[in-house]
Amino acid sequence: MKFAGLVWSNLKRRKLRTALTVLSVLVAFLLFGFLGAIKQALVGGVEMADATRLIVRHRVSIVQLLPVAYEARITRIPGVVSISPQTWFNGIYQDPKNFFASMPVAPASFFDMYPELALPAAQMQAWQATRTGAVVGRALSDRFGWKIGDRVPLVSPIWPKAGASETWDFEVVGIFDATKKGFDTSAFYFRQDYFDEARQNGKGTIGWYTVRIDNPANSAAVAKAINLEFENSPAETKAESEGAFAQGFVQQFGDIAVIVTAILAAVFFTILLVAGNTMAQSVRERTSELGVLKAIGFSNEHVLSIVIAESLLIAALGGVLGLGFALLIVAAAAPALATYLPGFFLPAKNLVAGAGLIVVLGLVAGILPALTAMRLRIAEALRRSA
Amino acid sequence: MSNDNNEVLVDVQGVDRVFRRGSEEIHVLQKLDLQVRRGEFLALMGPSGSGKSTLLNLIGGLDRPSSGTVAIGGERIDGLNDRQLAAWRARHVGLVFQFYNLLPVLNAQRNVELPLLLTSLSAAQRRDHAVAALEIVGLKDRNSSFPTQLSGGEQQRVGIARAIVTDPTILLCDEPTGDLDQKSGDEILSLLQALNREQGKTIIMVTHDPHASARASRTVYLNKGRLLAEKPE
Amino acid sequence: MSNWFSQAASVTAFSLRTIGQRRGSVLTTAVGVAGVAVVFVGVLSIAAGFRGTMQSSGAPDVAIVLRTSANGELSSVLSREETQLIAEAPGVARAGGVAQSSAELFVIINLPDKKTGSDANVPLRGVGPAAFLVRDRLQIVAGRRFEPGRNEIMVGAGAARTSAGLEVGRKIKLGNNEWDVVGIFTAAGGSAESELWTDAAVLQTSYQRGSSFQSATVRLASPESYQAFRDALTANPQLKVQVQRQSEFYESQSGALSGFIEIAGFFIAAMMALGALFGALNTMYTAVATRVREIATLRALGFGAGPVIVSVLTESMLVAIVGGTLGAGAAYVAFDGFTASTLNWQSFSQVAFAFRVTPALLVQAIALSAFIGFLGGLFPALRAAKIPIAAALRET
Ligand SMILES: Nc1ncnc2c1ncn2[C@@H]1O[C@H](COP(=O)(O)OP(=O)(O)OP(=O)(O)O)[C@@H](O)[C@H]1O
Ligand SMILES: [Mg+2]
Repeated sequence: MKFAGLVWSNLKRRKLRTALTVLSVLVAFLLFGFLGAIKQALVGGVEMADATRLIVRHRVSIVQLLPVAYEARITRIPGVVSISPQTWFNGIYQDPKNFFASMPVAPASFFDMYPELALPAAQMQAWQATRTGAVVGRALSDRFGWKIGDRVPLVSPIWPKAGASETWDFEVVGIFDATKKGFDTSAFYFRQDYFDEARQNGKGTIGWYTVRIDNPANSAAVAKAINLEFENSPAETKAESEGAFAQGFVQQFGDIAVIVTAILAAVFFTILLVAGNTMAQSVRERTSELGVLKAIGFSNEHVLSIVIAESLLIAALGGVLGLGFALLIVAAAAPALATYLPGFFLPAKNLVAGAGLIVVLGLVAGILPALTAMRLRIAEALRRSA
Repeated sequence: MSNDNNEVLVDVQGVDRVFRRGSEEIHVLQKLDLQVRRGEFLALMGPSGSGKSTLLNLIGGLDRPSSGTVAIGGERIDGLNDRQLAAWRARHVGLVFQFYNLLPVLNAQRNVELPLLLTSLSAAQRRDHAVAALEIVGLKDRNSSFPTQLSGGEQQRVGIARAIVTDPTILLCDEPTGDLDQKSGDEILSLLQALNREQGKTIIMVTHDPHASARASRTVYLNKGRLLAEKPE
Repeated sequence: MSNWFSQAASVTAFSLRTIGQRRGSVLTTAVGVAGVAVVFVGVLSIAAGFRGTMQSSGAPDVAIVLRTSANGELSSVLSREETQLIAEAPGVARAGGVAQSSAELFVIINLPDKKTGSDANVPLRGVGPAAFLVRDRLQIVAGRRFEPGRNEIMVGAGAARTSAGLEVGRKIKLGNNEWDVVGIFTAAGGSAESELWTDAAVLQTSYQRGSSFQSATVRLASPESYQAFRDALTANPQLKVQVQRQSEFYESQSGALSGFIEIAGFFIAAMMALGALFGALNTMYTAVATRVREIATLRALGFGAGPVIVSVLTESMLVAIVGGTLGAGAAYVAFDGFTASTLNWQSFSQVAFAFRVTPALLVQAIALSAFIGFLGGLFPALRAAKIPIAAALRET
C-alpha cells in the first residue's frame, strides 16, 4: 500500500496518455455492458422461465392451433396444477410499425399463472365485468400514453372480427406491472371468451397452453404424459418446459451468444493491445528510473508489482467508469426500448464478470512490460541514462 | 560493529569482470584487489572506460564479479542472489549518481523517502527522516519542489539526501560533481567531506576532477584493469 | 510551393525511417485499426448477406398478391375463386394459353436444427403447377421435382444445410402424414432456398385447408404490366387483395432485421473505432515526443510547420490504412460466404443466408480506418508544429 503514491504519480506523469488509455478501456467496458444488456434482452426469457411451467403447443409448429377442449383433458393429467390458454393475435394499432404482442387470455387463470405480473384487484374486477376490456403492460401504456378508459382499435391480419367491421375495439381497463426485474410488460391482453365469440373463423381453437405443474422434477414426465394423451390425434402436441421453449426460440435467431462473444473478444483483444502498448511505452521511458529504484534496493518483485499495479489501476479506472456508464445508459434507454427489447437491463452477474475482466485485462496488459522492468539489469539501465 | 578505525570495511580480492560483446570478451577488471577502511573517503580516478563505474557497481552490489570476492563489513556479497542483493543494498548502500536520477514525478521529500519505503517505518517516521536528511544537505525549505524546479546542485543535494536517509554503511558516488559547475561542485564536495568527517561515513567517490580528489583522504587510480596508488604517467 | 512539397516529403521520409525503432507501438496501432475493420466488416456483412438474400428473392416482373389486411403470407387467405380471378387478370404472362400464376399455401413446420438439435421454424410452401415458370431461377441440384398429387417435397439448399433429415430419399413426418424428400433445389441465393416445396393441392388436404390458398405469385408479361395488373385487381369489387412487386415484398419482409443488425453493427464499430482512435493518438503523441529534438532541429534549419504536420499525418494515416486494409481483407477471407440462418420475425420462419462482404463494405472499412488515422495524427501533428524550438533543442 505504501507504494500507492508512487504508482499514482507515475500515472500522472503523462496525463494525456493515461487519459487516452483509460478512455479506450472505458469504451471496451461500455460495449461489454451494452452487449450484455442486449444479450440479456434476447436470451433473458430463458432465465426468467419458471421451472414449474410447461408450454404445450401443436407438434407441427406453434402457428398450428389446438382445440379448446384440450384444456379439460390436460387438467386431468396427474401433476398438472392449473392451465391457461393464449393465442397469437398479431393486433395492429394504426400502423404495422407500432408492433407489440397481443393475445387473448382467460383473465383469472392468466394472472394466476404469471405471478411475475401484478394487476390491481379493482382493475381485475373491472376486466371481468367488461367483455371488450383489455389490460396492457406498463411499458406499452407508457409507449402510447394509454390510460384506463382509453379505447384502442386493433386490426388482426390473422383474426378478422365477424360482422360489419373487421376492426376490434377494446377498452383499456387495467395496467399491469412486473414484480420481477426484466419481465416483459410490453404486451396487450384481452378476453378469450370475447375473442372466441367475435372472431370470423377458427372458433374453438387456441394457440398454446401454459401449464403449471406441482413439482419441477416431474417436468419431463408430465410433458411426456401430455404428449401421449394426444398422440395420433389430428392435433398432436409438443409439451416442454418454459425454459426449453424459450431456449428453442432463442436458438432460432442463430448463435447470438457466439456472435456477441466473438465481437467482445475482438474488442478486448484490441483494447488489450492498446493498454499493453501504453504500459510498454511507459516502462521503456522509465528504464533509468526503474534502474534507480532497483539500485537503491527495490527488489525485482517490487518493480514487477509496481508496474502491474499501474496497469491494474488503469484497467480499473476505465472498467469501472465504462461499466458505470453502461449501467446509466442502459437504465436510461430501457424505457424507450421496452417494447422492442423487453428485459433490456444489465444483470448483476455481468457486473461481476466485468470486474473479473478488469483484473484479467490489467494483468495481461501489464505482465510483459512488468517482466521487462523486472529483468532490467541495473548497471545497464543506469548506463543507458548517462 | 567496532569503532576501530583500522577495520577493513570494503574488501575486494582478485576480482575479474569480463563483459561479452558479441564474440569478443572485454576484460575490464583483472585480478583487482582493493581495501577500504571504515571512515575513509576514497577517490577513484582513471581515464574514461577504465572500469571505475564497473568497480563501484561491484562494491555496491549492483553487479557481480566474474570471479574473485567482494566482502563489505565482513559479509560476502558476490554470492548473493538478486533478491538478497536488493535487500542488502537497501540496508547498507547509499548511491549518488552523476545525473542525480531523481524520479521526476515525485517531489524532493518523496524522492528522499523512496528508500524508506523498503523499511518498516510508518508514514510519519518516513517523513521525519526525509525532512531531517534534507536539512542535512541544506534543502530544508525545498521539500515540495519537484526535480525540474531545482538547479543541478540542488538536485544533487536531494540525491545525497536520498542516499543517506537510510543511514547506510557506505556511500558510493559516481562522478557526483561531473555535471555541475565549479561552485555547485565545491558545495557538494564540502557536503560529502562533512558527512565523512562529522558523521564518519565511509565514502567512495569516482571522479575525473583533481579538485575533487583533493578533498578525499586517499586517491587510487584505475588503469588497464589494475589499481595504482600513484597517478600513471 | 514545390519547395513546400519537397520539404514535406523529406520530413515525412525522416519520420518514416524511425518507424522501425517504434515498431511495437506502430504495430499495435495497425492491429487495433485492423480489429475495427474486422468487426465493422464482419457485423455488416451479416446485414448485407441477409438483405442480399431477400433482394435476390424478388424479380421486378413478378408480383405477389395477398389479402388486404395481411402483413405477410402467413396471415393471408385467398379463396380458390379469388386465385382464379387473379390468374385471369390483365398483365399476367401466358405460356401456351396457361396463365403463369401460382396459387400457394405457406405454413410453418418445426424441424430440428442440425447444429443445436432444437426445433426451428421452417417454411413449407404448397405451389401450383405454374410455380416453376413464375420462379424461373429455380434449379434442381439433386433428385427431382415433386410429383403433383403425391406426398413428396423438394427442399431448398439452405434448408437442407441447416435442418436435419432433409436428404433425398429420407422421409419426414408432419402431423400424421409422411413425406418423401425427392429433390434439392437452389434459387439463385434467394429466400426460397430456405423453404420446402410441395404440391399445393396435397398440402390443402393434409392441412385441412379445403380449397383456400394464402397467396398468389404471378409472372407479368413485362415489368411495365405491373400497374395495369395491380389496378385491375384493386378495382375488382370481388377481390379484397393487395398487390406488391415481389422485390418490394421481400424488401419489406427483411427491413426490420437487417436494419437492426446494421444499427447495432454501426454502433459497435463506432465504439471500437473510438477505442482504436485513443490507441492511435497515444502512439502518435509518443512518436512526436520521441522526435521532439529532431523536429526542433529541422525547424531550426528552416523547415516550416506545414511539412512537420504533413509528416505526422502521413505516418498515422499510412499505418491506419495498412491496418484497416489488412483487417478488411482478413474479414473478407473469414466471413464472405459464411452461411448462417436466423428467424426472420416478419415471416416467422428461418431464412438461410450467406454473409456478404461487398466491395462497398470493404471501401467503407478502409475509409473508416483512414479517418481514424487522420484524427489520430491530427492532434499530435498540431502539437509537433507548436514545439518551442529553443526549449526543445536543450532537452535531453
Ligand atoms: N554491460 C556492459 N556490457 C559491455 N561492456 C560494458 C558494460 N559495462 C561496461 N562496459 C565496458 O567496460 C568498460 C568500462 O566501463 P565503465 O563504465 O566502468 O567505465 P568508467 O571508467 O566508468 O568510464 P567513464 O569515466 O566514462 O564513466 C568500457 O569499455 C565499457 O564499454
Ligand atoms: Mg563511469
